[in-house]
Amino acid sequence: MPDSPAVSIRGGRVIDPAAGLDEVTDLHLADGAIAGLGPPPADFEPQRIIDATGLVVCPGLVDLSARLRQPGCEHKATVASETRAAAAAGITTLCCPPDTLPPVDTPAVAQLIRQLAEERGHARVLPAGALTRGLDGEQISEMAALKLAGCPVMSNADRPVRDTRVLRRALEYASTYGLCTFLHPADAYLSEGGLVHEGRMATQLGLPGIPEAAEVLGVARDLALAEQTGARVHFRGLSTGRATAMLAEARSRRLPVSADVAAHQLWLTEDALAGFNADARLIPPLRTAADRDALRAAVAAGEITAICSDHQPHEPDAKLNPFPQTAPGMSALETLLPLVLGLVREGVLDLCDALACITCHPAAILDRPVGRLQVGAVADVCVFDPEARWVVGDDTLVSRGRNTPLRGAEMTGRVRFTLFAGQVVFDAAAV
Amino acid sequence: MIPNSPSQPAQAAALQLDADGNLKHFLTLDGLDRALLTDILDRAEGFLGVAQQAVKKVPLCRGKIIANLFFETSTRTRTTFELAAKRLSADVLNLNISTSATAKGETLLDTLRNLEAMHVDMFVVRHADSGAAHFIATHAAPSVAVINAGDGCYAHPTQAMLDMFTIRAHKGGFAGLTVAIIGDILHSRVARSQITALNTLGVAEVRVIGPSTLIPARAQQALGVRVFHDLRAGLRGVDVIILLRLQHERMTGGFLPSEHEYFHLFGLTEKRLSLAAPDVIVMHPGPINRGVEMDSSVADGERSVILEQVSNGLAVRMAVMSMCISTQNLWLRAAGETAPAEAADA
Repeated sequence: MPDSPAVSIRGGRVIDPAAGLDEVTDLHLADGAIAGLGPPPADFEPQRIIDATGLVVCPGLVDLSARLRQPGCEHKATVASETRAAAAAGITTLCCPPDTLPPVDTPAVAQLIRQLAEERGHARVLPAGALTRGLDGEQISEMAALKLAGCPVMSNADRPVRDTRVLRRALEYASTYGLCTFLHPADAYLSEGGLVHEGRMATQLGLPGIPEAAEVLGVARDLALAEQTGARVHFRGLSTGRATAMLAEARSRRLPVSADVAAHQLWLTEDALAGFNADARLIPPLRTAADRDALRAAVAAGEITAICSDHQPHEPDAKLNPFPQTAPGMSALETLLPLVLGLVREGVLDLCDALACITCHPAAILDRPVGRLQVGAVADVCVFDPEARWVVGDDTLVSRGRNTPLRGAEMTGRVRFTLFAGQVVFDAAAV
Repeated sequence: MIPNSPSQPAQAAALQLDADGNLKHFLTLDGLDRALLTDILDRAEGFLGVAQQAVKKVPLCRGKIIANLFFETSTRTRTTFELAAKRLSADVLNLNISTSATAKGETLLDTLRNLEAMHVDMFVVRHADSGAAHFIATHAAPSVAVINAGDGCYAHPTQAMLDMFTIRAHKGGFAGLTVAIIGDILHSRVARSQITALNTLGVAEVRVIGPSTLIPARAQQALGVRVFHDLRAGLRGVDVIILLRLQHERMTGGFLPSEHEYFHLFGLTEKRLSLAAPDVIVMHPGPINRGVEMDSSVADGERSVILEQVSNGLAVRMAVMSMCISTQNLWLRAAGETAPAEAADA
């Protein structure tokens, strides 16, 4: 990577949730690290000055789940295309699930993904290691080797481990190496064959449902195993109000469990499926307004500590089929920040707490020293205009995936600059 | 910040109707109003006479090519659509797609584009996936009309309309009627369309009767029905009974323990029939499983109108096809293209 220039970001509202900092001041970066806040350090000679008047300056965002589709599905997206979109979205660190082709169950695949990301230098990519070999849910993976190859966490992506005994061993083995395990809670038998939330819209559209109980059972089982093994468990992408209540109960007993929610789950409901809208086909499915409100409440209460994009870009053909034959998932990197800022406008969170959900909290879950602005920390910075409005569409999205149910919706909040390890990797004015 | 999505009926209406409210496609009864459904029934009534004429044809669709795209095999429905198209003087193309293109990896959209290149004017589609007809109508060329002949568990609007036709013929209208639909509501596209039609046409109450495993989630709110799990309670005083076909897969799929127990609890017998209104009619979209859904004596009894349903099916399909073709002709003329001279209305 080229040497990082000395940069001063002047006059912005600097928010560092990790430090509880929120004031209009200057931020200085040098050698890829935060060099100072407020007055510049002695002898500081900025090579570039960014005027952030009227803008918010915060740590580069940390996204716990974004699929980059490489290796194996380069027709959908690549590490290069999606890390460029991440930069445009203010995201400087992202964790990608292990369900590539081949999956991230060997150090070679993990290293390949990291190397592809490092060549581009747009964002830090941390591949989650496969919890079981081939994600088959039968044989635990070589987790120690995966950790050495740079995998911060283990995950079986969205394929539930059917065999509870295998999951127990996997959690125990992961905890041996201090690894957190990301689990997508779902009972395999109840969710199999389901396409959408089992409820009003499934009934109207004649589509097979995924019942709430599928997630509730998954959480119950996984919590029991977390308690039994003492393993560090993180629930990836909760979608039901009932699950958040169980999470809160477990956390009140100080079990080492955490959870995130995809930003769109805090806004959209099953209603988005009307007209057989394949862009609204997601896993976990969009659920009811009551679930959405409960998820918001869990975020507000600090039970769900992280909000992620759950980015899943697809080629157009993946959604051009009758609904049951389409692929689930939405392209979501670039709507992450505006959806989170929307929560501030709706009074769910204050700005500092909202930014914590996409910076220092997910960084803590990944156990990486990112997502903060302390002097000496890596210079990952996002500078955004909280009032800028833009409409989601082909001409505004950078990601190769254009599959989003938010197409046509007006977003408020747009990234102006992203700096990754001190380098300007996105400058809205230069696009 | 994020606008509410238009409801399913609103989106279905936008897709199926032109700016003047004429029927462009016939995909579902969601979003179609009472006046339009009544218009379909009235036109069907006009076509009923055609079968009795010496020359059983009217020229409403002369010069048009209608393709039957059956991605799911069905002899009966396909035959009535074919016959309806021929009586409207259209040229008919029968394509059994499940055994040809898609088996070779061609996508549905590719198949569609190929047929459009052959200047097909109307697709009659049957597909195993819910929403397939919506998908085809969304992506078909604007000059092509699409009629849903059954998609997945979602809709089978011509079947529902022929059932409405039969009900109206016997009851004179819909106001004040209580209608019971018995059986596998969960997997039934026929039931979904019937429920929408009955509620739109203004019956007093639609009841669905079956074991919980065969009633979809939140049926009462989602569909506007009253749910009964006890056949006797559900049948009390009803004016119309509609039985649904019970697929054998429901036993292997674990929805039901056995056909025997199903008949014991939900099979229609003479004795149970006596709980309904004295002038009740019994309907079934066919084919019947005698001794599973009902006793033979009920199927062949005086309250049964099952065979009438078959002959009414032809008239209803002719009505819907001619309405869509007539909207298409309006569109073609507006687009400055040649459309056949408007034939006399039936």
